[in-house]
Amino acid sequence: MSQNRLWLWLPLALFAFFAGLAGYMLTQEKDQFVESTMIGEPLPEFALEPAFGGLPGAARSDFVGGKPRLLNIWASWCLPCIAEAPQLEALKAQGVEIIGIAIRDRPEDVANFLGQYGNPYTRIGSDRISEVQLAIGSSGVPETFVIDAKGVIRYQHIGDIREDDVPVLLAELEKAQ
Amino acid sequence: MIAEIGLAALWLAAALAVLQMVSGGFALRSAEGAPNPMAIYARPAAVVQAVLAVLAFLLLLYAFAITDLSIKLVATNSHSMKPMIYKLTGTWGNHEGSMLLWVGVLALSGGLLAAFEKRLPERTMGATLAVQGFVALGFYAFLLLSSNPFERLPVPAVEGVGLNPLLQDIGLAIHPPTLYAGYVGLSVAFSLAMGALLTKEVNPNFARVMRPWVLGAWVLLTFGITAGSYWAYYELGWGGWWFWDPVENASLMPWLAATALMHSVSVLAARDALRTWTIMLGVLAFSMSMLGTFLVRSGVLTSVHAFAVDPERGAFILGLLGLYIGGAFTIFALRAGAVAEGKRFSATSREGALVFNNVMLSAILAIVLLGTLYPLLTEAFDVRVSVGPPYFNPAAAIFAVPMFLVMAVGPLLRWKEDKPARIQFEMLLVAAVLIAVIALVSFFGNFPLLPLLGLGLAAALAVAAVLPLKGRKLTRVPVATWGMVLAHFGVAVSLFGMACEGAFTQERLAAVAPGGTEQVGDFAVTLQSVTPVAGPNWTAIEARLAVSQNGGEPVILAPQARNFWSPPQATSESALLTRWDGQLYAVIGNQAEDGRWQIRVWWKPFVTFIWYGGLLIALGGVLAIAGRVKVDVKRRKATAMGDARRADLEALGAAAPVPAE
Repeated sequence: MSQNRLWLWLPLALFAFFAGLAGYMLTQEKDQFVESTMIGEPLPEFALEPAFGGLPGAARSDFVGGKPRLLNIWASWCLPCIAEAPQLEALKAQGVEIIGIAIRDRPEDVANFLGQYGNPYTRIGSDRISEVQLAIGSSGVPETFVIDAKGVIRYQHIGDIREDDVPVLLAELEKAQ
Repeated sequence: MIAEIGLAALWLAAALAVLQMVSGGFALRSAEGAPNPMAIYARPAAVVQAVLAVLAFLLLLYAFAITDLSIKLVATNSHSMKPMIYKLTGTWGNHEGSMLLWVGVLALSGGLLAAFEKRLPERTMGATLAVQGFVALGFYAFLLLSSNPFERLPVPAVEGVGLNPLLQDIGLAIHPPTLYAGYVGLSVAFSLAMGALLTKEVNPNFARVMRPWVLGAWVLLTFGITAGSYWAYYELGWGGWWFWDPVENASLMPWLAATALMHSVSVLAARDALRTWTIMLGVLAFSMSMLGTFLVRSGVLTSVHAFAVDPERGAFILGLLGLYIGGAFTIFALRAGAVAEGKRFSATSREGALVFNNVMLSAILAIVLLGTLYPLLTEAFDVRVSVGPPYFNPAAAIFAVPMFLVMAVGPLLRWKEDKPARIQFEMLLVAAVLIAVIALVSFFGNFPLLPLLGLGLAAALAVAAVLPLKGRKLTRVPVATWGMVLAHFGVAVSLFGMACEGAFTQERLAAVAPGGTEQVGDFAVTLQSVTPVAGPNWTAIEARLAVSQNGGEPVILAPQARNFWSPPQATSESALLTRWDGQLYAVIGNQAEDGRWQIRVWWKPFVTFIWYGGLLIALGGVLAIAGRVKVDVKRRKATAMGDARRADLEALGAAAPVPAE
């Protein structure tokens, strides 16, 4: 084959490269979650109004001092949040302090939800415009963050907490001591 | 019964595709002059197959029309309460239905080719039909084995799930079928290119057969992209007209390849040059269509167009892609060297300009392809990136700017060889317009570079587009030339719209209490009220905005934030006020705690020209087809008359005159 015929193989080579890459990527687990880049960073400054009359609101200062805590991003309109409610109860039973942030919610809906599915929270802040949610790098509801006693974000759990996630979160809380 | 008949029709059509492939293949083995007796089945097989595939699609359409909830596809994508028009468009608003539409159009165009195309040598035609059958067979297998649209539910559903509300729009009624027809038109070009390559019959005659398919596909793609861009503009409510989203790029890449192919095939038809290049582009154009289908359907890329994705189907399409495109490029590499070189030409000639712009188009295609696939590449190394306008705009412009410059002067050059000095006046005129507009605009304000260049190039191109008509008797200019003038002018119009949108758009985002007024450009926008409204399958809050231009009579705009209840989803319905010199674009957002509403309003000068330009380009293509068909019909009549005369002379025993060509 002469030199100038070599370029005829170029399209095939490029295509083979693409096909190999696409084939490889198809077999990979597709990770749809966006991880927060705030892990390892201190919580940003915030102070949120109470989400309903029954509990106080949440601020950055509530996370500082004592022991590590969980920060749970949730909403009364979110279906997976109903699914994770019993697991939050289980964590509370283990002595974990859970501070909630209700996203784009209404006081009466929050009260209804807690009445129906239980209240694992010590405080719930109302984030009407997802301001705090975005600041800590959460892209959806529900999400749960482990915050250590210095107010640093240590771990992020994306999606609802299932039964087998409970020991994982407990271990992360232990690690954050 | 409907579903069963549809499924049977599909299986039969698949069987006929096998017959078409085998019989067409036999044509290659025929001796010189004597047709192979096994080859006679290819054409009828293609025609009957077309009838069956179209029948299958019509049956599915009917099932959607009557909302037959015992069919899984209908139950998961339709709803008995939906307006009839969206029941029908729902047929192709889902994976299975759209693949059936694809196959239906593929079979239909194969049937048309088989029934009406008599100009090619039988060997080339046989090879073409064999390739077409092979391609169709793959898609039948895909439909029947992994995406059966006629699957029944064990128990009929009580009610359907509904259609994604973003798709319940008239834009969707026309946009995907148009694009699909365009993609499939390119499949015929692909089959013809492979047929010609296999039989080494790459010549002007072949180019004339291929040209209407390429032109037709190109017109449909142009129209489909224009409609799709407008749909995204008003339906997504983001105020932009092009987002460089993977799915948009998937439709743009075949268009770029088809644009290059269309020009290259014209050179081959007129001058017998660019033989290998035309074949290469023929393969490339269809490759891009299939690549687009793969990217959209497999879910390897994340896109705003969230289609239901399935890795298994992705693997199937990738397999087909490997078979067809890998196979085609292999044959190309083995055989293209054996295709005799075409006629030569000098760099300063019309061919030279066309080649230059073909290379530029291919470069832009490579830029878009690289940008689209780059996230896939980095993700293989666990790095997530998103490639957007900051890459695409300047990178594409590097090649688009010289392309537009050459496009301005190319049509003025002569074929084969020309002296630039001959068109000195025209070149100076175009350059003067370009510089004058840029100087004028920069005098009035400080604008970004690309929109500024775009404005200058748009003006220069508009002038250059009509220059080929200079000094000609307008009534004697061929229809196809008018097509070119119109399409090139359309590019100028579209470019003008894009540049204006980029340079002069004004935006206002504000929280407004009812009764409050905001100013955007010449417009005073007053929020009169916000009220709940209800449609057939949605509820919404609707803002009434009184818009008054320079204190004139107010016009009411009513943007909505809609909530569909089946399936539950929120959409933003923008409200547009169209003036000849632009559009006012209004969207309503959330309510703030103090009772004010978020209102977002843009004034976009001349933004509509983007789509007017697109329509002009498509119309130019239609004229080009009309012109070619007219010439072909004339030529056919003349040949028929010549044949008749020769036959008469032979019958009289006289020596037949040798035909000129």
